[in-house]
Amino acid sequence: MSVLRPAIRRLAKASIVDARSFTTSASRLQAEPLQKPASNKEFKIYRWNPDEPAKKPTLQSYTIDLNQTGPMVLDALIKIKNEMDPTLTFRRSCREGICGSCAMNINGQNTLACLCRIDRDTSKDSKIYPLPHMYIVKDLVPDLTQFYKQYKSIQPYLQNDNPPEKGEFLQSQEERRKLDGLYECILCACCSTSCPSYWWNQDEYLGPATLMQAYRWIADSRDSNGAKRKEYLQNELSMYRCHTIFNCSRTCPKGLNPAAAIAKIKLELAAD
Amino acid sequence: MLSTRALGLAPSLRQAAFSPARNHVLRNVIRSSIAKRSIQTQSLKPEDGTTILNKQRLQRPSSPHFTIYEPQLTWVGSIFNRITGVGLSVLLYGFSLAYLVAPGTFDSTHVIEFVGGLPDAVKYAGKFILALPFTFHSFNGIRHLLWDSGKFLTVKGAYSSGYAVLGATAISTIVLMFQ
Repeated sequence: MSVLRPAIRRLAKASIVDARSFTTSASRLQAEPLQKPASNKEFKIYRWNPDEPAKKPTLQSYTIDLNQTGPMVLDALIKIKNEMDPTLTFRRSCREGICGSCAMNINGQNTLACLCRIDRDTSKDSKIYPLPHMYIVKDLVPDLTQFYKQYKSIQPYLQNDNPPEKGEFLQSQEERRKLDGLYECILCACCSTSCPSYWWNQDEYLGPATLMQAYRWIADSRDSNGAKRKEYLQNELSMYRCHTIFNCSRTCPKGLNPAAAIAKIKLELAAD
Repeated sequence: MLSTRALGLAPSLRQAAFSPARNHVLRNVIRSSIAKRSIQTQSLKPEDGTTILNKQRLQRPSSPHFTIYEPQLTWVGSIFNRITGVGLSVLLYGFSLAYLVAPGTFDSTHVIEFVGGLPDAVKYAGKFILALPFTFHSFNGIRHLLWDSGKFLTVKGAYSSGYAVLGATAISTIVLMFQ
């Protein structure tokens, strides 16, 4: 027995070592959650419920831990809706700035919630409003009916009565280059609803988004309806309510320049 | 048996065979009370949707705008351009009309005499109040002419020209004050 004992002990030791190495490797495979201290930030969000129309719109406050949230404002909104208040209503779809659904006013500027990083400074709260001076369907959802109607009114499609006999419309590289910075618009309505002229006259003034698209078709070498398109804008309100304020270009989440497009229409109309 | 089972009729056949009439009554009572407790739905005609929507549209609030929008050089500058323009016009038309109504009191000699009798502090303040809107509106007008001829049509251009206008306004206001 006494002769065998060290051998048994060695075996036992070995098994313990084995077991330990096994368990440590297993625990190494499991990622240990980083215990970051909670970084609580307050979000104040515009609320209005159509089921209680007599109640005035209010700002509702939500506090969430930024270390448990994604980097963008849309992540915060989704977290609030999932975990705190399922009645919070907002539009969202692509979460990558290509659909234009989540356009809203964040900390005083119109932008897409999915492209807007959360300010990590937790001492300041973050205010989220719907797009300014729009009729509100619910919470952060504005009624864009008028905006879409205005876009439709400029006939945003190619018009040419003399298509080429064979094949496609051909365009030179310079002609194609004129459309860069115009065709990328996603119609999120950030620019139009940032424009003070559009705030006061949105029943008749078309607004920067629609006017930039009007210019997109005026500038297109394949379109032959330019004269009529310009005539449609040749009145006091449709376009000339633009006072070159530049809120539109300043706020565009896609980095486009509607103010310059409108200025170019004005130059072309002046030359007519 | 096999065929009824395959059709899934077995339970209902069994119920029909063995349940007495009073059980039926009891079950109906239970069923109706359950139905009452669950959510009541209202069937609507397609055209009712439009009525509800139109009713809701009338009650929709307009979202806040200039009270919540971040003050930026772009639109705040534009508002001041408008305000100074209106102020200068009111002054011009007001003075012209006043001269038309009472030429004796509003001619140059009387105005010079009146201003000459004022204390220095009031003179400087008055010059400041007149010079600031005048210079700002003039320089911003030049900025608008440059825009209309196709210059500075970028966000950067709008900002640099805006700061240039503010700088020129500050300098020229001070110069005009102490002239």
